[in-house]
Amino acid sequence: MSDPKIDGLELKPGFKGMAEDTGSDQTMFKGVHWGKAMMWIFLLSDTFIFSCFLISYMKGRGSTPVEWPNPSEVFALDAFGVPVPLLLIAIMTFVLITSSGTMALAVKYGYEKNRKMCGWLVLATAIGGLTFVGMQAFEWSKLIHEGVRPWENPFGAAQFGSFFFMITGFHGTHVSIGVIFLFIYAYKVFAGHYDDQKRGWFTSMKGDYVEIEILGLYWHFVDLVWVFIFAFFYLW
Amino acid sequence: MSETEKKNQSSTHKIGIYLWIWGLLFVLSFFSYLVDWYQFQGLLRWSLILIFMFLKAGLIMAFFMHLFWERYALVNVLLWPMTAIACFIFLMVAEYKYTVFTRLFYFFVGG
Repeated sequence: MSDPKIDGLELKPGFKGMAEDTGSDQTMFKGVHWGKAMMWIFLLSDTFIFSCFLISYMKGRGSTPVEWPNPSEVFALDAFGVPVPLLLIAIMTFVLITSSGTMALAVKYGYEKNRKMCGWLVLATAIGGLTFVGMQAFEWSKLIHEGVRPWENPFGAAQFGSFFFMITGFHGTHVSIGVIFLFIYAYKVFAGHYDDQKRGWFTSMKGDYVEIEILGLYWHFVDLVWVFIFAFFYLW
Repeated sequence: MSETEKKNQSSTHKIGIYLWIWGLLFVLSFFSYLVDWYQFQGLLRWSLILIFMFLKAGLIMAFFMHLFWERYALVNVLLWPMTAIACFIFLMVAEYKYTVFTRLFYFFVGG
């Protein structure tokens, strides 16, 4: 967050600063916590995984001469007897964005050492994520009842099911893992592990609110992937 | 640098910027939902979907993930690999067009 200040070292901004950071014989990412840099590298690799899924979906959908199921109808939900297109998906999108917003605020309050606010916001994020997973489970069971399988479906091209379960399943797994960690971190914030600099389970690193930012990066990434899935799978 | 020194580096941003981005994300999501609601078709549909998608992704990365405030060394390491993905998309578009062409050709013309 913002240009870091390191004693006895003047950091230049922009591309000149980048050249000097990269060429220096110390750490390359100046002022960035190593955990944060590693989370970014992980997210970069995850970006490639999701890109491969979405590109294979593009290739599968584009190369079949059979008509692709209309997502607007497949994912419609009856509200008071009227079929509303993509209703559940729209609600899921808003729930995920809401949880992303609460996470961003949790990071902000974490850096301000506001333990209570940070804890409640991380907890709210976790509950938002749980709601999302719940709605996804409902969506999956609805489609499975309607006869959608990875190898066939009653709506159109047979490939639809395999791409749907693969892509949303992999995203749902990411959300579920995120929810587990959000609950753990909510506990850690409330218990004051970051104020007391208590050491973690897997590391001897002293607890610090930067961990909330690292968790936040992961959670925003999950939201980011959903933006692309929503656009390419549900709207296209 | 000791760990206590490190802590004082990170400054926080005003709450307003997060609420603004949050609101914008809501509005943009609502717009992309309207694209489906009004059943826009063809080029208009695809361009609107892509515009809203990239705007949302950009806002999330720039402000929620703080990339806007990070040093260029990190930003460039993260964003340049995306050109490889663009390259891959380009290749696979050529590939699916060829596949669907050969399929239709052999199904209907019979080789």
